[in-house]
Formats: sequence, C-alpha cells, structure tokens
Amino acid sequence: MKKKISAAAKKRYIRHLLIHAAIIAVAVACVYPLLRILSVSLRPGDKLFSMDLSIIPAGATFSSYARLLKDTMFLHWLWNSLLITLATSFIGVSLASTAAYAFSRFRFPGKKAGMILLLSSQMIPAGMLILPLFLMIMKLKLMNTYLGMIIAYSVSSLPFSIWILKGYYDTIPRSLEEAALVDGTSQVGAFWRIILPLSTPALSIAFLFNFTTAWNEYLVARVVLFSAKQYTWTLGLFELQGQFITQWGMFAAGSMLVTIPVLCVFLYSSKWLISGLTLGSVKG
Amino acid sequence: MATVQFKKIIKKFGDNLVLNGVDVDIKDHEFVVIVGPSGCGKTTLLRMLAGLEEVTDGEISIDNLVVNELHPSKREIAMVFQDYALYPHMTVEENMNFALRLRKMPKAEIDARVAEAANILQLNKFLKRMPKQLSGGQRQRVAIGRAIVRKPKVFLFDEPLSNLDAKLREEMRVEIAKLYQRLNATIIYVTHDQVEAMTLAGRIVIMNHGIVQQVGSPIEVYRKPVNLFVAGFIGSPTMNFLSGKLSIADGVTVFSSESVTLPIPAFVLPQNGTWDGREVVLGIRPDDVLVEHPGGEKCSGKIEGVLEVCELLGHRENLYLKVGSQRLLATVEAFFNRSPGSAVSLCFNYQNMHVFAKDTGQRISE
Repeated sequence: MKKKISAAAKKRYIRHLLIHAAIIAVAVACVYPLLRILSVSLRPGDKLFSMDLSIIPAGATFSSYARLLKDTMFLHWLWNSLLITLATSFIGVSLASTAAYAFSRFRFPGKKAGMILLLSSQMIPAGMLILPLFLMIMKLKLMNTYLGMIIAYSVSSLPFSIWILKGYYDTIPRSLEEAALVDGTSQVGAFWRIILPLSTPALSIAFLFNFTTAWNEYLVARVVLFSAKQYTWTLGLFELQGQFITQWGMFAAGSMLVTIPVLCVFLYSSKWLISGLTLGSVKG
Repeated sequence: MATVQFKKIIKKFGDNLVLNGVDVDIKDHEFVVIVGPSGCGKTTLLRMLAGLEEVTDGEISIDNLVVNELHPSKREIAMVFQDYALYPHMTVEENMNFALRLRKMPKAEIDARVAEAANILQLNKFLKRMPKQLSGGQRQRVAIGRAIVRKPKVFLFDEPLSNLDAKLREEMRVEIAKLYQRLNATIIYVTHDQVEAMTLAGRIVIMNHGIVQQVGSPIEVYRKPVNLFVAGFIGSPTMNFLSGKLSIADGVTVFSSESVTLPIPAFVLPQNGTWDGREVVLGIRPDDVLVEHPGGEKCSGKIEGVLEVCELLGHRENLYLKVGSQRLLATVEAFFNRSPGSAVSLCFNYQNMHVFAKDTGQRISE
C-alpha cells in the first residue's frame, strides 16, 4: 500500500515538474526579447552591435533615453497615442456595451444575422480594410486628424467587444433587471445600475482589447496621418529607422517607454477582472 | 392594500396559447395562492400583473385601475422572485433600500423602514453583508425584506420556496404565514407545491393548461374538487380513481368496474334516471379507503383485496393494495401488522366519495 502511494506521489511530482518546465519555457520565450531590448536601450552608443548577452551591459547608460526625449518629438507622439487610444477605448466600450445589451436582451429582426455579420467582419484581414478605411476617412475630410483615427479604431474593435460583452450579459440572470424594474428603474436605469456594475470583468477585457489594439496600431496610422506633429508613437518610432542608419539605442529606449502605459492599464484593470461578481444573486 | 382583477386574460407566445381567458377577482387583504403543474401559466399570470410580460388580450386591474400599459415601477407592487434576484454588488441593506433610494425618500425614513423590515425578518446582523455571504434561507429573507420596505399595494411571490431544502421550506412557510398575519396585505403567491397552497392560502386558484380549473378555499377544493384534474392535483397522497359504469337496479344507483361493484347512496349522487349506463370515475382519497374496518352506515360493503406494499411514514402508513386488477392506496394509522401478499378487507367512506363524469371530467356528485 505504502509503495503504491509513493508511486502515485512520484507520478504527480513528475507531472508538476513537466508543467512547470513548460510554463518556464514559455515565460522565458516571452520575456527574453523584452530583456534584449532593455539591454540594447542601456548600451552606450559605441557598443550597440556588441554580441554581449548580459542584460545590464557594461557601462550601462540612459543616454539613449535622454536623446530620445530631448532630440525627437517622442513625448508628443506618446501623447497623441494616449489621446487617440483613450478616446478609442472609451467610445468603443460605450458603443459595444449598449449594442451588446440590445443583442443580449431584445428580440428584433436581423438579430442573428447581425451577430454573424459582426463575427465574419473579424475574419477579414486588417490589411484589406486599409483601402476602404482610407476612402471613408478621406470623404469625411478627417485625414491627418485625431478624430479620423479614433473613428477608424473604435469601429474596427467593435465586433470583438460586442461579442465579448454579449456573451457576458447572457450569463447575468434576467430576474435581476426585472427586480430592478419592479423596484422602480427604467430599462436604461436597470442597465446602468445593475448590468453595467456587474459586467466590469467583461468591460475591462473589452477596454484592454480596445486599448492595446489602438496603442500598437501602425497600418491605419500610416495611411491616415502624414504630418509628424500628428504622429502616434508607432509612426514616430519608425522615423528613427533611416535608410542607411537606424538609431537602435533610441529605438530600443522608445520601445521600452511605450510599454509603461500598457503595463499601468493592465495593472489597474486587473482588479476589475475578478470573476464571480454575480455570485449570491440568485440560487446557487 | 388593494384589490386585483384579472378579466378574460389571454396570453400568447407566438402561436402558443399560454393563458386562455383567465378570470379571477382578488379581494383586499386576501392571500391567494395560484397553484398548478409546471407550464400551466401561473408564473406568466403573475409576471403579467407585475408588468414583466405584455397582456395579449384582457384587462388586469389593481384597485380598479387598468394597469395593462403601466410600467412595472408605477404599479405599486413588490415581487419576490423564485431565484431571489438579489443585486450581488450591493449589501443586504442596499438591496433592501434600493427601491426607496430610487424614490428619493428622506434618509431617515429609509433607515427606519429598513430597520423595521430587518427586525421582522431577523436580518439585523446581516445588513452589511453581501448576498454571497448569506445562506439560501437568509437570501430569501432579504428578498422578502426588499418587498416589505416598499409597503406596496400587492405582494407577489413567485415560487419563493422552491429553491430551499425541505426543512428550510417548512420554516419559511411558517414565516410567510406569520408575515401575512402581521402585514395583513394582499398577497398573490404562485407555487406548484400543493402543500404550500393548502397551508398558506385564504383562497386557492388551481390552473391547468392556461385555464382556471377552480377557485375556492383550501377546504373547498379539497372536499369538493370540481373536476378530475383538481381532485388528482390537490391532496397528498393522490386520490384513488376507479373507472366504471353506473347502472340503476331497484331504484339504487350502482357503480361497477372490472374489480369493484358498489351501490352509490343518494347523498353522494342524487338518484337520477339519466345515470343509467353513464361512464364515470369514482374518486376516493387514501384516507377514506378503510382497511379492516368494522364498516357502518356511511361505508360501502366489504371489498376483498391483497396487500402489496407497506410504507411506514412514522405515525401513518401507506398501504398499496390490489383489488382485482385495480390498484388502490390506503393511508392508515401506523403499524398495520400484516405482511405483503396477505388478504385484506376494505371499504370506502361514502361521506368523502367523489363521482366524476368520464367524458367531461366534471364532478357530478354532491
């Protein structure tokens, strides 16, 4: 009996070991490029192409960061990106949350077709949308404007956000809204006071999706924006890449800096990403 | 408090007719239980009164005001849902005062009302807790508390005890009965549990297939079920039914089935020439199947049967009997010391015998 138990424990130990090995391998694969960029950003100008693999290089310096902030419009581009991204995220989530509520709760002609259409729009490669987006924004006379970018970004993230939110709303018992209606709210009131507060995990995911998509986007920005003053950081960073010479130190420093807002948003929203908010509302 | 009238209520979901001409008048301060099997339309009727379902045709009035088009919040009703429907992101106190806050009531009054309801329902200790930190029974109390604080015209209960275990259900049933005595409110209570209906109701509305089968006091529907459905639905264990034919012999009405032949006295079924040859169903509750009984004036003659199974319930015992090809259930005092397979003699208590026409299912006996 004793032998049997120890054999089972050994099996469990090996299984845990394999799982941990796999997790560590994936973690290293994810973090390694970031560490390399960090390393490059800290190198002194004369050691940019060094084969040294240490993370903190010998003679580490913040000069690339200083030059990036002083000699380029990087902070301005970062601000542009932040403005466009935040506006996109708020508008995108607002539109998606109400549209998803309609898809989840009401019966109307074309509901099923609408959901399928939204899903199928996600199957079109982003590159194929460039031309129609360009034409639309041009006809709206919104070329080289923040508004043009915000419209393009929020619209393109809508289908995914609607699907995520609709799926989440479907799990919230209707009796909660009905109780609110009997208690004295309107339909909009029930949505605002009951459904939205309960949907924070899904709203956070939709917000993060909108945020990261808009923050990292390059292709649409390349087409819509053409003056350096309006650039987002993706376009700005690309400017550092010359035909004959690329400022790899500054490039790496910029790449490190742009992760900070995303990191902050992720950390902040993680507290909303708790599941099980509806626990205890109905029988369980 | 208020009166409630349902007038010729029809409800259709697409082509599916769910309620077919429901007419019920509910008086002020009355505790009415709507009971029926799943899918009979009882919850739909309640939801229509609450304004959560549209009325296809007919009129619903509260205090003589037609409310068909009125928003749920304007109907001055409070509803306790089957699954409690507590707001999970609010504390017990916030759940209870939600409706009052919406009405922008002064804070002092809100606090007083919540404290009063919490007192009645013994929720004082839990006011700051979240719903997920409460047991099923406590959650149900909060749901009831949320209704009480509103001081509505009508309380609606939609199968409020169906998610609780048997013991808790019994406790809450008593709590609701006490609450009614205290509030003396108009209450409409929907359930599929006939025990809840019998114990709580001032009047019972029995529904089946979207039609009201009978409206009456618990004792009325138990003693004088108007049709086979009500007879079979109300009462536990279920009534015994014997199918057979009536005949008239020497001026006496006689019931005969494959297994049983017995005269039907005039105080059960008034003598009437038209009964001859009529197909009927005889209904006898298990309590009225008397086993090894000396008989008497109000009892039928002896019938021989065989004991198949005994079920001891504590103070009572269920005896499953077979008379010819007919199976019967008798409920007797506990410790009926006979082994299965033994022959027993039984008789029926005429005083509580029911006769129904087989074709229409309607009661024809007194």
